[in-house]
Amino acid sequence: MAKPRVKVPSKASKDEVITIKTLISHKMESGQRKDRKTGEKIPRNIINKFTAKFNGKEVFSVDIEPAVSANPYLQFSVKVPESGEFEFIWVDDDNKTYSTKKKITVE
Amino acid sequence: MKLNKRELIALGFGSVAALTLPALPAFAEGEKAAARIKEFAGGKEPVAGKVALTTPEIAENGNTVPVSVSVESPMTDDNYVQSVLILADGNPEPGVATFNFSPLSGEASATTRIRLAKTQNVVAVAKMSDGSVFMDKKLVKVTIGGCGG
Repeated sequence: MAKPRVKVPSKASKDEVITIKTLISHKMESGQRKDRKTGEKIPRNIINKFTAKFNGKEVFSVDIEPAVSANPYLQFSVKVPESGEFEFIWVDDDNKTYSTKKKITVE
Repeated sequence: MKLNKRELIALGFGSVAALTLPALPAFAEGEKAAARIKEFAGGKEPVAGKVALTTPEIAENGNTVPVSVSVESPMTDDNYVQSVLILADGNPEPGVATFNFSPLSGEASATTRIRLAKTQNVVAVAKMSDGSVFMDKKLVKVTIGGCGG
C-alpha cells in the first residue's frame, strides 16, 4: 500500500556529496485524531523509521514520530566514495517494511 | 472568630491549591520539550550556534510545514554530527523526528515536512561526535493547525 519514490542521481564523481530525495505514501495516523462518530481516538499507525544504506552500510537514518506529515518526505545528503547501490528502508508501527534500491555510478 | 480544625485545614489546602494550580498548564507544555532536550543532550546544556534551522515564518497549513536543518561540521570520521533532534514545543507531543548522520553523510543536513498544531517554536538540537550539543529555535506562525482539528 505504501509506495516509496526515491530520487538519486545516476552518476557522481568520487566523494561528491549528492542530495537524495525520498517520498513514501502513508497516512501517518498520528493517534491524535478523534473518530467523528464515536469520539474515540483513532489509533496511531505511522512509519517510525527510515534507513538509507550504501553498499550495505548505514549512512543515514531517521527516527520518525507522529508529528511528521502524511506521505513523509525526507531529503538528505550522502558522500559517495565509489559506485554501488543504495537501499532505502521504511518500517511502520506494525513492523511492516517497505524498501527500494537505486544504483549509482562513480566515475 | 475561632476556626475549628476542619476549617483550618480547608484554609491551608485552599491557599496551597491557589498558589500551585494556575502555574501548571503553562509549565507543562514547555516542560515536555525541555525534558526531551535534556534526555537527548545527556544532561549537557545546548549552546546556540552551528545549527541552522529553516522554517517558514507563516505556515499556511499546519498539516505540512517544510523544515530544514543544517549543521556546520567537517563530517570526518572523528568530528561529525551524530544526531539532530527536531521538536515542536506547542504540539501535544513535542517530539518530531531525530536525524541520525554518519561521516558518509558528507553534510549534516536534512529536510522534511511536519505537523504543527498551532503557532509555536520549532527547535533543533544537534549532538556531535565529541558530545558537544548545539541548538537553534525558530518561531512558526500557524494559520490552520495540523493535529486533527
